[in-house]
Amino acid sequence: MYKFILAIRYLLKKRISYFSVAAIALCVFVVFVVITVLSGLTAEFKKNTYLSVGDCVVSSKSLVGFGYYGEFIKILERRDFVEAACPVIKSYAFVKGASDPHQMRYQEYTLEIMGIDAAAHSQVTGFGEWLHYNRGDVSNAFKPSYDPNLVGCVPGIGIMASRNSEGRYNIPEELPRVRFEVNCFPLTAKGALAKAGAGEMSTKTFYYSDAAESGVARADWKRIYLPFDEAQKLCGMGTEPKRINAIYIKFRPDVKLSSGCEKVRKLWEEFVEKKAGAKHSNLLENVRVQSWKIHNRSAVAIAETQQALMIFCFGMIGLITVFIVFVVFYMIVSHKSKDIGVLKSIGSSNENILGLFLVFAFLMGIAGSFIGAVCGWQFLVYINQMEDWLFRHFEFQLFTRRMYAIGDIPNAIDLKVLAGVIVSAIAACLVGAAVPSWQAAKLEPVDSLQVGQL
Amino acid sequence: MSRDEFILKAEGVHKSYWMGEAEVRVLKGVELAVRRGEFLAIVGASGSGKSTLLHILGALDRPDKGVVRFEGRDLSRTNSSELNRFRNKMVGFVFQFYHLLDELNVLENVFLPTMAGKSVVGWLRCRRWAKSRARELLSQLGLGERAHHKPYQLSGGERQRVAIGRALMNEPRLLLVDEPTGNLDSATGNAILEVLEKLHKGGQTIVMVTHDERIAQRAGRIITLADGKIEHKSRSA
Repeated sequence: MYKFILAIRYLLKKRISYFSVAAIALCVFVVFVVITVLSGLTAEFKKNTYLSVGDCVVSSKSLVGFGYYGEFIKILERRDFVEAACPVIKSYAFVKGASDPHQMRYQEYTLEIMGIDAAAHSQVTGFGEWLHYNRGDVSNAFKPSYDPNLVGCVPGIGIMASRNSEGRYNIPEELPRVRFEVNCFPLTAKGALAKAGAGEMSTKTFYYSDAAESGVARADWKRIYLPFDEAQKLCGMGTEPKRINAIYIKFRPDVKLSSGCEKVRKLWEEFVEKKAGAKHSNLLENVRVQSWKIHNRSAVAIAETQQALMIFCFGMIGLITVFIVFVVFYMIVSHKSKDIGVLKSIGSSNENILGLFLVFAFLMGIAGSFIGAVCGWQFLVYINQMEDWLFRHFEFQLFTRRMYAIGDIPNAIDLKVLAGVIVSAIAACLVGAAVPSWQAAKLEPVDSLQVGQL
Repeated sequence: MSRDEFILKAEGVHKSYWMGEAEVRVLKGVELAVRRGEFLAIVGASGSGKSTLLHILGALDRPDKGVVRFEGRDLSRTNSSELNRFRNKMVGFVFQFYHLLDELNVLENVFLPTMAGKSVVGWLRCRRWAKSRARELLSQLGLGERAHHKPYQLSGGERQRVAIGRALMNEPRLLLVDEPTGNLDSATGNAILEVLEKLHKGGQTIVMVTHDERIAQRAGRIITLADGKIEHKSRSA
């Protein structure tokens, strides 16, 4: 019992323990805030990446694509684990954009073109919510409001507007009249240029009908969405059997990702077998079935690696905590050797002495973690207001919105993260105090008391 | 433990220390026997090994050679938990420099031995008794009003009385007192000696070490420690 009383008294009375508590609080604060923000950024990125392709992607490894997609989509839609599936055409094009009616001034881009059926695509991905002028109403996605008879296109929002300091795009309220001339190289089913020796490029003019903000930088800055049929013709995929580059699939909510993808993989293998011998069926063997994570692994892996590295680096702060606690306890044990001698002279065991200092370290960890957690929580709650204030008064932003594709700094508190940080801080205290506590327990009473008597 | 006449015996106790590369032999075969209810004073010059002997008698230190028996039991053959129990219940120590815990108040310092000897549950069961006994001891020692003061708020004599109270908390069979008046003025020291005399009259066995012959005269028997060995004297009437 005296262990708890003495430990609390040591914590309250010994000023040096305040430094230790402050160090622990600071470490908990920093680690908690950094992990929360980084985890939020990574989670947002992964969510946006997921929303851009759905759960599963059946895709060709080459730009040539594969045929008979309509039959396979019907097979998928008959399955109860599939909620929706949509065909996608992906290629690359030179794009000239002009708002000048005489085309005297224009901008050139090299963009990824994506041919989609807007309605089907929005059932699998978040396309409907990305639109700026037709949000929630994809039926008009490719119909410019100034002339619905024209063939529209939906470029990524970063192509049409720049970001302001608040991270929002400066997009006009009324749809501007902008024309895009899309030039790409159509390919045959055998992978050859379809227009070799005869101009080589397919060209078509589209009219700006909307902009898409998916939250994925690559898509928002380098992609233009075209109507499915138009894109298919442009890419030379319109001849029988008509081809596409990918099928995006969304599973029902209760379906596990891995089992859903496995089912799709089996269906595809059966389908390929069934189609053996059909025209251009060889293209079907060039197709892979991947989960959205695997399909985007290069981007997701980078984000996750960055997150892990930052957490590791800031986790090293835990080592600093261990060292500080070690030093503080070393000093406290040296100073308290007389107390240890007295306690042993009245019959305290080595284990009790060890327990006394470990309880002290535990209480220090609790106190420091509590302070750090409360301060970190409050900091996260007000982090965006603080950034706004700093920007208004000093033009300072932690993540410059002109460069970083984020809105508000993520600040959602995850109690599991907080609990993990607190437990780690307490463990670090116990580790730091272990050696000095053990040394205290091993002190011979006569040695410590003789020092006091000198 | 046996109830023979002698509560404590030291037989052929040797102890030496290393000072750098030189070995300093402090005790060179001490032979000592303490009767129950006796008030024994061990006198010796500074550095003669009195405190070393006292620490060995109280099992705070181990002899290099020889045996210390408490109620017939060889202390060197007891395990650590039995030694802890011995220090907690059988013997009470009073140090020259009081050695009170600064973070505890006077009352807590006195009942500390009882707390140290109990688990959390055991302490919760006996804490009322312990606090009551501690208050009673403080009252007997003239410190009833000082129970909630901290050691730094007390005079030297008061602190020494608190240390005596702590040593008596678990009703030890043997009280070991190391230079009880070493840091006190003569009047205060006298008051402490009166406390010890009163305890002795009540039947407490006391072994006191001192360098001062006049203080030693207050004991029932005086022995001298010189050249690492005991010389015997009787008490003058």
